[in-house]
Amino acid sequence: MEFLQYGIGRWVHIMAGVMWVGLLYYFNFVQVDALKAAAADNPPSGGGITKHVAPRALFFFRYAALVTVLMGLWILGGKADDALLFKERAYVPIGIGAWLGLIMFFNVWALIWPNQKKILGIVTATDEEKAKARRVAFLASRINTALSMPMLFFMVASGGLFRRAVFGA
Amino acid sequence: MKNPLDSLWGTVITGLVLTVVLYYLARAMMGG
Repeated sequence: MEFLQYGIGRWVHIMAGVMWVGLLYYFNFVQVDALKAAAADNPPSGGGITKHVAPRALFFFRYAALVTVLMGLWILGGKADDALLFKERAYVPIGIGAWLGLIMFFNVWALIWPNQKKILGIVTATDEEKAKARRVAFLASRINTALSMPMLFFMVASGGLFRRAVFGA
Repeated sequence: MKNPLDSLWGTVITGLVLTVVLYYLARAMMGG
């Protein structure tokens, strides 16, 4: 019962919260101002998404990833090596969560953002390069969506009574 | 074979399966 309540219940609670608050921030930090700017385009550019929404969204997207990782490493502090190298039993769950987060961070900065720059015309690219960039950015984004599920599971099940309820240790 | 990541539900199921696999891996690393 504790596994369901503290493990699965807390996991779903946080995943749903991430979706809720993430979209709330998207609407407020990105969409409202972006659509206002798109409406002010004179003459109308017809590029609301590519010119106004996507660049703003990607700005907050990649810098939120950076702050998340930097703060996570700061919280781990001197225990970062115990977690990332799985040196201590109690740090295995947070270590797995941290590695998944680091892979996601790599995907954002090394795959999604450089390819999105080509797609959006921020850097010049041929049609063929753009088509390839779309596929790479799409797959990296889908991989991150899949990885976010175990990442959040291990993050939320990594401490105290939650770790004992989920891992029995 | 189709890439499961091409569909949204394929992506979600991939995430769930990976969670289960990593859960058992973590338990094994923690000594059962």
